[in-house]
Amino acid sequence: MENPSLLEMRGISKRFGNVRANDGVDLTLDDGDILGLLGENGAGKTTLMNILFGVYTPDSGRIAIAGRPVHIRSSSDALAHGVGMVHQHFHLVARHTVLENLMVGQSGRGIRLDRNFILQRMREIEQRFGLHLVPSARVGDLTIGEQQRLEIVKALIRGARILILDEPTAALTPQETEGLFTALRAMASQNMGVIFISHKLNEVMTITHRVVILQQGKVAAEVLNDGSISQQRLAELMCGQECSPPSKSSARLGAVRLRMENLQTQGGARPSLKGVCLKIRGGEILGIAGVSGNGQSELADVIAGMLPPAGGILEINGKPVPRFTPRCMQALGVGRIPEDRMGTGLISALPLSSCMVLPRIQEHHFSRYGFLKHAAIRRFADQQIESFGIKAAGNQVRTGTLSGGNLQKALLARELAWNPTLLLAAQPTRGLDVAAARFVHQRFLDLRDRDGAIVLISEDLEELFALSDRIAVMYEGRIMDILDIQTATVANVGLLMAGVGGAA
Amino acid sequence: MNGIRLELRTHAPWWLNLVLPLAAIGLTLVLCSGLIVLAGANVFTAYTKLFLSSLSTPFNLVETVVKATPLVFTGLAVTVAFRAQFWNIGAEGQLLAGAMAAAFIGAREALPAWSLVPLMILGGALAGSIWALLPAVLKTRYKVDDVVTTLLLNFVLYYGMMALLDGPWKDPLSGYPDSPDIRTAAEFPILLRATRLHLGALLAAAAAVAVWLMMRHTTLGFEISAVGENLKASRYAGINIGAVILLTATTSGALAGLAGVGEVGGIHFQVMSGLSPGYGYTGIVIAMLARLNPIGVVPAAIFFAVIITGAEAMSRATGVPVFLADVIQGMSLITMLAALMLTQYRIRVNRTDHE
Repeated sequence: MENPSLLEMRGISKRFGNVRANDGVDLTLDDGDILGLLGENGAGKTTLMNILFGVYTPDSGRIAIAGRPVHIRSSSDALAHGVGMVHQHFHLVARHTVLENLMVGQSGRGIRLDRNFILQRMREIEQRFGLHLVPSARVGDLTIGEQQRLEIVKALIRGARILILDEPTAALTPQETEGLFTALRAMASQNMGVIFISHKLNEVMTITHRVVILQQGKVAAEVLNDGSISQQRLAELMCGQECSPPSKSSARLGAVRLRMENLQTQGGARPSLKGVCLKIRGGEILGIAGVSGNGQSELADVIAGMLPPAGGILEINGKPVPRFTPRCMQALGVGRIPEDRMGTGLISALPLSSCMVLPRIQEHHFSRYGFLKHAAIRRFADQQIESFGIKAAGNQVRTGTLSGGNLQKALLARELAWNPTLLLAAQPTRGLDVAAARFVHQRFLDLRDRDGAIVLISEDLEELFALSDRIAVMYEGRIMDILDIQTATVANVGLLMAGVGGAA
Repeated sequence: MNGIRLELRTHAPWWLNLVLPLAAIGLTLVLCSGLIVLAGANVFTAYTKLFLSSLSTPFNLVETVVKATPLVFTGLAVTVAFRAQFWNIGAEGQLLAGAMAAAFIGAREALPAWSLVPLMILGGALAGSIWALLPAVLKTRYKVDDVVTTLLLNFVLYYGMMALLDGPWKDPLSGYPDSPDIRTAAEFPILLRATRLHLGALLAAAAAVAVWLMMRHTTLGFEISAVGENLKASRYAGINIGAVILLTATTSGALAGLAGVGEVGGIHFQVMSGLSPGYGYTGIVIAMLARLNPIGVVPAAIFFAVIITGAEAMSRATGVPVFLADVIQGMSLITMLAALMLTQYRIRVNRTDHE
């Protein structure tokens, strides 16, 4: 080989207890390469990248950077070897300015010199990659996209030549994603290497040159992304046949299930709803798009009965809601899947069977005269575990030990068991792998075919476009516009998400 | 390089419930042996006296059970409250409230004799409940910190009681700041002739079973656990958090109140300043040692009763001050809290790479 690769990982293995998280993984990255790393949850992507970034040390295997063997024992080691990582959750000081955040961790120079040095480096990086940031802006005021840009600049200032991005587009608008891709292409053209981890196959298809697919800790496939491979093929390589995309029948609209007229909320620091109008019928999935923090959580809280509106009308099945409590909403036939499935939906310390009956423990199925019917509770849990294929060691296992996909299945099973006429689902597939997400989607479509109405709040546009019959876009507590799926495009949804245009 | 690190456990094996308290007690005894050495005594003799004297004769054994009775009640009171994360540090005050109600009712000449004991039990439980509801209402209504209010109300009640005992409620016969004795008909029946084993012990055992049944088999127990583990998810599931906390406080206060009823009806027949040598606070240690398991409260309470009764025998025989019993109580709370961490984490010695 005439030219050593930028990065070469050979035979990387790492065990956690009995689990082989990585089992002899080989991975190379050349200058100018954008490598997609795909795999189901638990396939070993994160472990592999944490090994590269010095969070874990491998049990065996070698890492070479630019042909030189290296031992990476900590993240500062990784940075010293030119490896930078942008995590899914940012590590920034919200109260500090952009410049101050960039100065953290820089040492060895006086503060004044440091400032000038960093300002100069910021200008360089902006010129080379188009990553613009205002040094004096407070990080807490930045959008998610800008915070991510700051994380990237932070890695670049410390001299990263290999950049790892973990689920970088999860919370970005389509326009922000496009901006990120432009910067990544600029990096690749200037001899850097990028490793791009994502569940979103269409983005992996768009940005990467090569894709490595991990399965159960091993490299299952490595393919060149030269136009010869389809998204469907990638999905199959990742998880076999179970990920065939859900097929959607044409909508058969039923009665109006939910009607909101000029709905308003008041909530201290949080953005409130400022006159939301919506109407959803049975047999329909209404997608709610929007950059996070534009009122979607409040909308979800109102429908879930957690947040009483301050004004406006809310009718369910044609009748005004008598009391805004979770129990009342449930009694009206509203199924609820909260955004935070562990913190709000389920209780990690309780047995799975308890979590499955939590909202209905007072009902006669599960208790009588204040005494629990243990047998009925367990039978119900077992039925749901069985019919939803929840992987759990029995109904008495601590709920917190289940994986994200199984937690979501449990939550879904709990709500769907009572045939809701209206299902509220907030970020239902966030963090799930392709197979689990497809499972959830199929259940939604089944409910839709049974004349159920679904309010689907999601930041994943691909999901919204695949499932919704109409897409409502929220911006600053208002519905900007409601688009029919036949005519909606990612571009116009993206503009509406940014507050541009719309009927309102 | 080798290192020790803590890893999250996926599940806690059942035997930890047994091993952890024993390990905590063992560690406590090792740590406290330093004090015995400082006092110039033989560690082995001191501990033998401490533990065995209270179990050595049938009489001492019964006395230990008598001592354990109020501790079972306060331990249960704290257990119920802590399961809902209602931090009731006020079992001491609720105990005294129950005791005062019992002493007041037990001395009423106008009441028929047969009604005295049942009325004392009901009245004492009610008084304890009311004293616990006060901080619970403050917490649910106005978000006032329950640790602070429950703790401080102990002093309000204690000094309020002393003011009464030094004034209108002073026993005119003795002239001491004690309440008048209850009527003979109000005294708790003795279960074992020629001992002080009274009805309270039976009530305490029944209470332990009742609390266990409540936590395990009722919707209230289910909701208490849910609220204690995750307030937000409980609210989302439609559980009325305020009602659950108020019911928890009522139950907890009633149990603590019954501890006071037993002491008045079975032992002292009046209230006075030394009625409770901190049973309410010891209840916290007992509840933690029992890992908030109502049945576990019984052996934990007996353990502390052994130490409290054994401390005097140890002191007489070896000269180690009786306060060692208090040190052991405090120390075992600390070691138990440290040990509780091991239910969530496991210690792992990790060896890392040498390729």
